[in-house]
Amino acid sequence: MAHVPNAYNNVPGQQNSSPGPFQQYSQIPQSQLPGPLKQDGNLDKQAPVMGFNSQNHFNQSGNSSPAFNQPGLMPQHTSSQSSPIRPLKPISNQPPMQNIQNIPMSSPSVHSNPNTISSSSPYPPNAQNQINNNAPPLVPSSQYSQPVMNGPMPAPNQRPINQYPPPSSSFSSPSVNQPPINSSYSPVNPSFGIQRPPTSMPPGLPANSHSAPLTGPRNSPQTTGPQVNMPPPSSMPNFAPPVGPLRSNIMNGPSGPPPMSAPITGPMPPKGLPSGPMLFGQPGPNLGPQTSQQQSKSQYNNGPTAPMSQHLPNMPPMQGLQSGLTPLPLMSQPGLKSGLPPMPPVSQPVLQPGLPPMPPINQPGLQSGRPPMPPMGQPGLQSGSTLPQMNQPMPGPASGPSTNLQNRYPQMQYSTQQQNQIQQNIAKQFPTHNLYGATQQMGQLSVTKQGFDQLWGHQMVDLLQCKQILPGYPEDPPEIRLGHQFAESPNCSPEVFRCTVNKIPETNSLLQKSRLPLGILIHPFKDLNHLPVIQCTSIVRCRACRTYINPFVYFVDAKRWKCNLCYRVNDLPEEFQYDPVSKSYGDPSRRPEIKSATIEFIAPSEYMLRPPQPAVYLFLLDVSQIARESGYLQVVCDTLKSNLNKLPGDARTQIGFICYDAHIHYYLMSDGLTRPKEMTVLDIEDIFLPSPESLLVNLGEHDDLIKELLTILPQRYSAPGVPASALGAALQAAYKLMAPTGGRITVFQTCLPNVGPGALQSREDPNARSSKDVAHLNPATDFYKRLALDCSGAQVAVDLFLLSSQYCDLATLSGMSKFSAGSLYHIPLFRAQRSWQADQLRHMFTRYLTRKIGFEAVLRVRCTRGVSVHTFHGNFFVRSTDLLSLPNVSPDAGFGMQLIIEESLADLQQVCFQAALLYTSSKGERRIRVHTLALPTTNTLPDVLHSADQECIIGLLSKMAVDRCSSASMSEAKEALINAAVDVLSAHRLAQNLPVGSASSSLHAPVSLKLLPLYILGLLKRKALRTGTSTRLDERVADMCFIKSAPLCAVMRGVYPDLYALHDLHEHVRRDKDNLVLPNPPRLQLTAERINITGAYLLDDGDSMIIYVSHGVSPAFLSETFGVASFNQLPDEARSLPMLENEGSELLHAFVDKLNDDRPYPSSLLILRDNSASRQLFTERLIEDRVESALSYYEFLQHVKTQVK
Amino acid sequence: MAFSFPAFSYIIALIVDAFLIFFSIFHVIAFDELKTDYKNPIDQCNSLNPLVLPEYFLHLIINLLFLLSGEWFSLLINVPLMIYHILRYKNRPVMSGPGLYDPTSIMNSDVLTICQREGWIKLAFYLLSFFLYLYGMIVVLIAV
Repeated sequence: MAHVPNAYNNVPGQQNSSPGPFQQYSQIPQSQLPGPLKQDGNLDKQAPVMGFNSQNHFNQSGNSSPAFNQPGLMPQHTSSQSSPIRPLKPISNQPPMQNIQNIPMSSPSVHSNPNTISSSSPYPPNAQNQINNNAPPLVPSSQYSQPVMNGPMPAPNQRPINQYPPPSSSFSSPSVNQPPINSSYSPVNPSFGIQRPPTSMPPGLPANSHSAPLTGPRNSPQTTGPQVNMPPPSSMPNFAPPVGPLRSNIMNGPSGPPPMSAPITGPMPPKGLPSGPMLFGQPGPNLGPQTSQQQSKSQYNNGPTAPMSQHLPNMPPMQGLQSGLTPLPLMSQPGLKSGLPPMPPVSQPVLQPGLPPMPPINQPGLQSGRPPMPPMGQPGLQSGSTLPQMNQPMPGPASGPSTNLQNRYPQMQYSTQQQNQIQQNIAKQFPTHNLYGATQQMGQLSVTKQGFDQLWGHQMVDLLQCKQILPGYPEDPPEIRLGHQFAESPNCSPEVFRCTVNKIPETNSLLQKSRLPLGILIHPFKDLNHLPVIQCTSIVRCRACRTYINPFVYFVDAKRWKCNLCYRVNDLPEEFQYDPVSKSYGDPSRRPEIKSATIEFIAPSEYMLRPPQPAVYLFLLDVSQIARESGYLQVVCDTLKSNLNKLPGDARTQIGFICYDAHIHYYLMSDGLTRPKEMTVLDIEDIFLPSPESLLVNLGEHDDLIKELLTILPQRYSAPGVPASALGAALQAAYKLMAPTGGRITVFQTCLPNVGPGALQSREDPNARSSKDVAHLNPATDFYKRLALDCSGAQVAVDLFLLSSQYCDLATLSGMSKFSAGSLYHIPLFRAQRSWQADQLRHMFTRYLTRKIGFEAVLRVRCTRGVSVHTFHGNFFVRSTDLLSLPNVSPDAGFGMQLIIEESLADLQQVCFQAALLYTSSKGERRIRVHTLALPTTNTLPDVLHSADQECIIGLLSKMAVDRCSSASMSEAKEALINAAVDVLSAHRLAQNLPVGSASSSLHAPVSLKLLPLYILGLLKRKALRTGTSTRLDERVADMCFIKSAPLCAVMRGVYPDLYALHDLHEHVRRDKDNLVLPNPPRLQLTAERINITGAYLLDDGDSMIIYVSHGVSPAFLSETFGVASFNQLPDEARSLPMLENEGSELLHAFVDKLNDDRPYPSSLLILRDNSASRQLFTERLIEDRVESALSYYEFLQHVKTQVK
Repeated sequence: MAFSFPAFSYIIALIVDAFLIFFSIFHVIAFDELKTDYKNPIDQCNSLNPLVLPEYFLHLIINLLFLLSGEWFSLLINVPLMIYHILRYKNRPVMSGPGLYDPTSIMNSDVLTICQREGWIKLAFYLLSFFLYLYGMIVVLIAV
């Protein structure tokens, strides 16, 4: 193992290891989940946990208190959010926008169409990058550039003006606001303040008065209180005329004010953006106006959006804005200082690329020169007023629409570090600035706010208005943007490691204000395709906290590195500077440890407490009367027989079998025997092992005996047997047998264990299956838990296959798997005669047998100082505050951790989490797999809300809800889930200063959380949590166990199943590199509205796929895919899809295969007609519809809305 | 100076209370060890659980003596703790042996926090009540 200079050796153990270009370390492709076996393995020494020592400070949870408070708090954070200039990148293509358009709006407005177009065109994906690159210059010096930056914002606004020919009066309001803004600025540029306000203002004033109230609420979401500008929906029409005044407003707004306000509200910006949608009417051409302000007046209609897009690339300076507020003022100021009163010229050149009306950008500069910025102002007004119109797609009330607009624009993300830097720079330059006052005034310019919001990615969605809220294709979680220092560093894949928020709040009080659960979800042993594996003599770790070196450490110099978790400076061993790729010494950052956030080490002997254990498998088979009736034994034995040689392991692999009914049957397969010998022990109270050494035998050496036994067993137990099951005794025997080595016990159980130790009694009341509160979710005895703890201590995991045909008290039995890190599979009402169930078991069991396995594992999660783990979720035993004991670890196991912030993170730029999994591979090798995730921090509430990862939140909430079910009650858990949605939306409302629920007809959510209520509704209707629908207790508990221990992707599929239309599959086809046809239909929302009587649909919940054929489907489709001529010839229920020689059938099969590709084993298929007796299997999954005793999505939103405070 | 039954009660209470103080010190230390990773939760629960009922029992004895000797004030002070003990034991997790602490849930930081806080509060209570009993004993002994 130890080669001094060459840190890396090829890893012997992994079958997959592909000697790549770099021999020093091999990348081990691990087969994808679905694939059969992935084994690692090696033998030799075992050692449980030596290496892991970490210091954890475990603190008290304490934080539960809902300290959510006033919105007002926000404003104080001047910095990050306000800055308008975030990178626009994603804006153009956003799916949500398209959806919006499609949505049938109750009140269709004229403007809707344009939006879609604009969204796509104006912001090319590239924009982001460009912006970033440019950014640096902006901050420091160039005054000119700054104006440009501002410019883009206003432009969007202009368009709205055109569309809406409202009365001029409305515009005036913005003008009113502006003056104050100017004043605030005045310290910097006195000239600005004076000039603008008066000039622009006059016309608007009257209008302002009424507009203000309206706008206040609506706009408020984006900006905090101050913004007065927004006209109510009704007022909207009025706006158009006032162009002249508006311009002025706009001008000012974008440049100076918006940034100011931003700090307060956070998401000020977007106003400009709304215009984006407007673009449709008038695309890019408008830019021209920017150059000449005058033009802008007339042109401004067109200009706004186009300019935005163009400018964006240039915008980089904008980043400065992020800091929030300050940047803008500065921007303008520089211009002033320079002595260029007419800023416009500067910016104009930039803008000119094409958009005439752009004026807003330049405007800051311009303003000084031109009091009435007409174009600018208009856009601004429009944004406020027009927003409703923009929304037109949305059926809802006018107020709603404004939010919708925002949706269209993708979020912009900014690195907080950059923002801070910018702010600091600004602060240095203009120490006297009164940002706060300025921001308040600025806040009134709602239009600009919206534009900035969009730039930042702080868009909102009006949930009540947005009917089609589900994006057609799954979206990636919000991107993680670290500071520039680590901007290039690879972060851990979100499939492996993700956090509920992608910007960590700096303080616990901020977290409480956001009302979001803070936690991480880990899928540590996921099958990975490219995993760098390293073998080296010494693994570089922090000496204080034992963190493994990772991409996010800071190299003080070539010889030292600073730990990113505890900040200790450590020495770097000589060999770490050797680069295995170039075979040269030097820069340590070329090492694979630094280049990859997920890495695997082959551990040296210090990491072993004992020699790595061999793979040992013991199967416990229930052969009681019910088990024999179910016929599962045949399936299991056949499957096992055919997969014997695929069991992960090495030459030491051992296997054994125990059957049990009222007694325990052992099978001896020792050397001297030619046939397996059965020994039955009648005494189940005091268990003993007849001949321990021949019960577990070497797999390789006794292959014949084992196969013979597997052949005999099903016959041996085919006759009727005893209706008794001594599971407890069998488990005790198994534990005795396995304790010396550790390994895996696989239990097949079909009935309630009713004799011997651990005997249970039926607790379920079939009549209470649909009652409001569910009892008996907790174990009846701790027998199985204690046994699991014993097993855990002996490095034995217990996996349970529950193939029940009756109540088995899974709530109690599941203890054996929960605390020994086992897995749990449940097939209710199993009958081997039902071929689909036999198939399901076969697939399940094959995957189970052949998947990779890690023995005697421990998982340690380390967090940056100040953050600590509060509660763990999953199957394991918690051995210390940050250490999970996992006797076995499988690629299908996921874990969740709730975190608490114990001390302020304000002086940190990022927070890191590191999960290290130490395990023994099936080849007897000790390995450490390390995942590192780094997240930026933030100090503003909107940033937290807008960086939330809704899927991860659902993953964590579901686990917390399951815990709540057992610790309190089902109804309390459901209440808590609904409250989670209410709290988050309330926090958002406070952050944005939106009107209170009853005062507004809309329900706003940040784009990043727009699906949260939908998912929560889905969660409430899951088997685990639903009430009012008849649900077997075992199925409910099985679903709970699944939620607790499954990786996020599997949980999400269960929460909100995917629905696809099959009848037009050929219309959504994409060709891959090999020119193979890949059907790629968009997802549909789960509502009967989407079910057409002439269609066929596939619903995929991960566990099963249901194909639902409506009676009006075309005969051509029927014959093509099902081979039947008419609808009536379809069977009531079918379990397989015929393979036909035609394009449609092949396409469908390709689609099903594709869906099956990303899960451990293929889902079972069920084909239903829409008049089948069991069609409710399908319809009950349409979770957006109302069912008895459960709300529809819309009702749910209404309910949430009434609760939002 | 009269050696009466109340005096006897106080003397016993003093002795028992000293034991209770040791119990709660042990409790505090045990949870501190858990928190700082020194101990395996299974071991720690195995050593803590057998002590739970004896502690409750000792506390009950004191109160029984106070009841019989008519020391109503001292009894009154102890009643809330007795009620707490009873409720706490009624709501303990499902377990077959005696005791309160379940190794699978004890590491949840809220449980850990509650237990630790409970230990400190009890320690303070027993200490204060120790001096109270001392005072009570002297008063009873002095009274003629």
